[in-house]
Amino acid sequence: MSDTTARPRPKFRAPRINDESRPFWEATSRGELLIKHCTACGENHYYPRSLCPFCFSDATQWLTCSGRGVIYSFSVSRRGEPYAIAYVSLEEGPTLLTNLIDCDFERLAIGQAVQVRFADTGEGAALPCFTPV
Amino acid sequence: MSIQGKAYIAGIYEHPLRDGTGKTVPQLHAEVAKGALEDAGLDKSDVDAYYCAGDVPGLGGINQAEYMGLRVRQIDSTETGGSSYLVHVRHAAQAIAAGHCKVALITLAGRPRADAKENYSVRPGGGPPADYGFEAPFRPTIVNMYAMVAMRHMHEFGTTSEQLAWVKVAASQHAQHNPHALLREVVTVEDVLNSPMISDPLHRLDCCVMTDGGGAVLVVAPEVARSLQRPRVRVLGSGEAAKHLDGGRVDLTYSGAVWSGADAFAEAGVKPADIKYASIYDSFTITVVETLEDLGFCAKGGGGAFVADGNLISGVGRLPFNTDGGGLCNNHPSDRGGITKIIEAVRQARGEAHPKVQVPNCNLVLAHGTGGLLGSRMGSATLILEREDA
Repeated sequence: MSDTTARPRPKFRAPRINDESRPFWEATSRGELLIKHCTACGENHYYPRSLCPFCFSDATQWLTCSGRGVIYSFSVSRRGEPYAIAYVSLEEGPTLLTNLIDCDFERLAIGQAVQVRFADTGEGAALPCFTPV
Repeated sequence: MSIQGKAYIAGIYEHPLRDGTGKTVPQLHAEVAKGALEDAGLDKSDVDAYYCAGDVPGLGGINQAEYMGLRVRQIDSTETGGSSYLVHVRHAAQAIAAGHCKVALITLAGRPRADAKENYSVRPGGGPPADYGFEAPFRPTIVNMYAMVAMRHMHEFGTTSEQLAWVKVAASQHAQHNPHALLREVVTVEDVLNSPMISDPLHRLDCCVMTDGGGAVLVVAPEVARSLQRPRVRVLGSGEAAKHLDGGRVDLTYSGAVWSGADAFAEAGVKPADIKYASIYDSFTITVVETLEDLGFCAKGGGGAFVADGNLISGVGRLPFNTDGGGLCNNHPSDRGGITKIIEAVRQARGEAHPKVQVPNCNLVLAHGTGGLLGSRMGSATLILEREDA
């Protein structure tokens, strides 16, 4: 990716944080992407919950991700300042909703390898966005 | 049908907490569900129906079903205040008596004391759903979320923008005959492709209209129907489903119609090939393409080819659809096209559609509704209706 074609980052809104999601957002501000792992059934899930959505066990724990994934789907919204929403499938399994940043929107493709890049909201939590590698 | 003796209450659980500090509302709903299942000795996978009211965050029960990882064939978020949950028991008993489900979960949960202490604004509707904080900052809109379905469909199956455009072309061919339609001008594939790009790959003309207004439907007992001087159209089969992101196992290539359609066809005892007319929810052109595949009108991935070349145009193609002009041209009142789908299907079954679009001998019709976000977090409902000859 050429930096000359990368779009400037938008100003992101801060996420709404609650007791269940706080560890996730504390981690993003440290530059870590967490998902949940269930020690009862062994499955990973996202968005993270207290109870495993697959087996309903409450024996879930946080798992730090590599931050690597591939674009499952994306769309560039063209009204106003363009931005790229995407579903990215993580190396650890789950697919998450995100934005693709610091890249040329005209060269994005499904299946492209991406790496997490945290976008500071300026309000205490960073958003896990992704950029092509 | 009476529900007398047809349903039993098998599991109960009252949360021991009286102060919910440290817990979220979706979490509390899940914890009481887990408690009731353990009381009954049932597993979460046994649950095939979910009932909740306005204390559950999100769109009806769909966000909460996602949180809990439920796969249900019946979902009901009737809101009548504190009486809701008794209403739910009755509705669940009716559904069980009708054979539509076997294990119905009803939940109530909230944390008004903790909210007050933490100075949260206590909002009706249970506050934001659990997914909200993880998604809203990324600016999902209705259009870009449907656009991602289209992108993936194109990637996996080779579907083209030209094929999607044919859905709009067919709707416009029908709308020209509807004096009430918002857009009556016939458009071409080129018109759709040349309209402004809203969110790749959806153009403005891939999107439905925005209209005010509404519609209503009356469902009556057989003896009432027989007492009226109107063509009789009966519900032959029905299905409903809630599809969600399944803990991150995202698959945008199919919709809840896979389940709601299968249930409706099974109950009706008919096949897609028997259907003479279909009202297909058309918030966007991709909605129609994916739904037609999921209902079994064509193979998965074949929707683009199926809708092309006028195959949805009444009098031209194999499956006349949305002969009122649909949401794409006629009407999408209050940003919801569900009721207009039923209405045009009944017009067709009665033989009361516009003569230019009326399907001959139209005794068996289908109406399908899509709610929420196609493929990702959605409600799905299918009705199969049959004209009963006097």
